[in-house]
Amino acid sequence: MNYIKDLFDFLSAPTISFTLLTVAFPFIFPPTDWFDKKNKQWGIYKLWTNKGAFWIFMSITFFFIIGYFDPYFNLTMTKPDNIPIILMIYSMIFVIWLGMKKAYNNDARLDRGEKPEEWNDPDDKVLVWPDLVYIELIALILFMVFLIVWSILIGAPLEEPANPAATPNPSKAPWYFLGLQEMLVYFDPWLAGIIFPIFIIVGMMAIPYMDINKKGEGYYSFKERRVGYFIFMYGWMVLWVFLIVIGTFFRGPNWNFFGPFEWWDPHKVVPLTNVNLSEYVWVKLLNKGLPTNIIAREAVGFVAVIGYLFIMPLLLAKTKLKNLFEHYGPVRYSTLMLFGLTMFALPIKMYLRWLFNLKYIIAIPEWFFNI
Amino acid sequence: MSEKVIPKASINSDSGKDLNRKGFLGWLSIGWLAFAGATGGFFTSMIRFMFPNVLFEPPQSFKIGYPDDFTIGKVDTRFKKKYAVWVVRNDEGIYALSTVCTHLGCTPNWLEVEQKYKCPCHGSGFRKTGVHFEGPAPRPLERHSVSLASDGQIIVDKTKRFKWEKGEWEIEESFLKI
Ligand code: FES
Repeated sequence: MNYIKDLFDFLSAPTISFTLLTVAFPFIFPPTDWFDKKNKQWGIYKLWTNKGAFWIFMSITFFFIIGYFDPYFNLTMTKPDNIPIILMIYSMIFVIWLGMKKAYNNDARLDRGEKPEEWNDPDDKVLVWPDLVYIELIALILFMVFLIVWSILIGAPLEEPANPAATPNPSKAPWYFLGLQEMLVYFDPWLAGIIFPIFIIVGMMAIPYMDINKKGEGYYSFKERRVGYFIFMYGWMVLWVFLIVIGTFFRGPNWNFFGPFEWWDPHKVVPLTNVNLSEYVWVKLLNKGLPTNIIAREAVGFVAVIGYLFIMPLLLAKTKLKNLFEHYGPVRYSTLMLFGLTMFALPIKMYLRWLFNLKYIIAIPEWFFNI
Repeated sequence: MSEKVIPKASINSDSGKDLNRKGFLGWLSIGWLAFAGATGGFFTSMIRFMFPNVLFEPPQSFKIGYPDDFTIGKVDTRFKKKYAVWVVRNDEGIYALSTVCTHLGCTPNWLEVEQKYKCPCHGSGFRKTGVHFEGPAPRPLERHSVSLASDGQIIVDKTKRFKWEKGEWEIEESFLKI
């Protein structure tokens, strides 16, 4: 048993769990033919059958049962704050499973030359009044009952009055903001706290204008919009939901990282010394001091950021993504690139931090401008 | 389909007769005035709400005791709760650090064993001098002005802040030589 626990602790370290998820993701939601072939070959698509659901459910439950009987995991698991996260893990996976099951079902029908299931399915078409409103009323009542029972059984996690001198350690945001808090570990507040949230909201509103694929409209289908699925699922499941899970279960005192079965030692020492890119270049590489001119000091960072955000999409439009560019036109293409590249900047920055202890690519504290 | 139903109000057009143009304008202005009064009152009380009756704000400039009260090499956390400063004495003198994390404004803790200030929000770490070295904080903690009063006590003035990245730690007031 301790072996399993140690293994879990080891696997859940952010470097490892994040890498595993990122590598596994294109196989689970294959965006290209090659990944699709592997997915078929290894039978990953079987996750989206009833049997798959059973095994997913069993393994998550198994994990939580071990956790419940573990003295340390029990503490984080049964905190009233964290119960929504456990519910979220189940419900998120269930919803994805359901969607994928329907999508694969339809894909098989389309392959056989039939129409998708929703084509002439009266089942999910009901009158708003009275049918839908009744369903909603019943759902509402059931949900109220559930919330009331929940609030009676588990007391609200209220704490003592705020005291500016005593910040709880660790200090956690409400659970739905833990993804943001995790991003803040890697970025300056104006980026992770302002620009990224705006981009997330505007970006999601822009999806219908950027995904102009007419196929798969009004019915579930994976293969007809697999790239879109992949990008969205990665952004949603890994860069948001998984970060919430990390923030809930794996972040302990001093915002250090702890495996689920590890004791939250407030004196755990983790070497985290970070260095800015400018220091890497000027001090470590060129063996000079930092130049006094701010722009000269951060030139490499500016080149990197501008190259990543603006030059790279231009080059891609001429080469690899030529078809996409022609199909989309310049405005839609650049919007897609801006949002997409900003999203992938998050994992990139996380890896730079983990691998090279890189603090900021552009670091100008004088102007409150750090990237 | 039955015949078109004509709304009652338009048949019985007598009802509006006794209201002439002047009377209408009169009522209209009374209505608007009442509305403006109510909204104005509401917003006034809203604005009043922004100014609390009592302010528990400690004075911005205060005496913290004599230089000898502070041990060399120690971070004094006594003033954290009331004034949000750490007072540190090293071999050369005394400085006062603001307890506001330069990342997003949480209050870090001084860890005696590790000899660092560590923020519980996103894990920024600062050395005893206030210089940032781990986590996302982009700049060192700010220092406040320290000086000696005529009675020999140290005065900390929090209205003056000195930022390292602007080279302000060189300024004499940011450090009390002893
Ligand atoms: S507020 Fe201190 S690390 Fe973010």
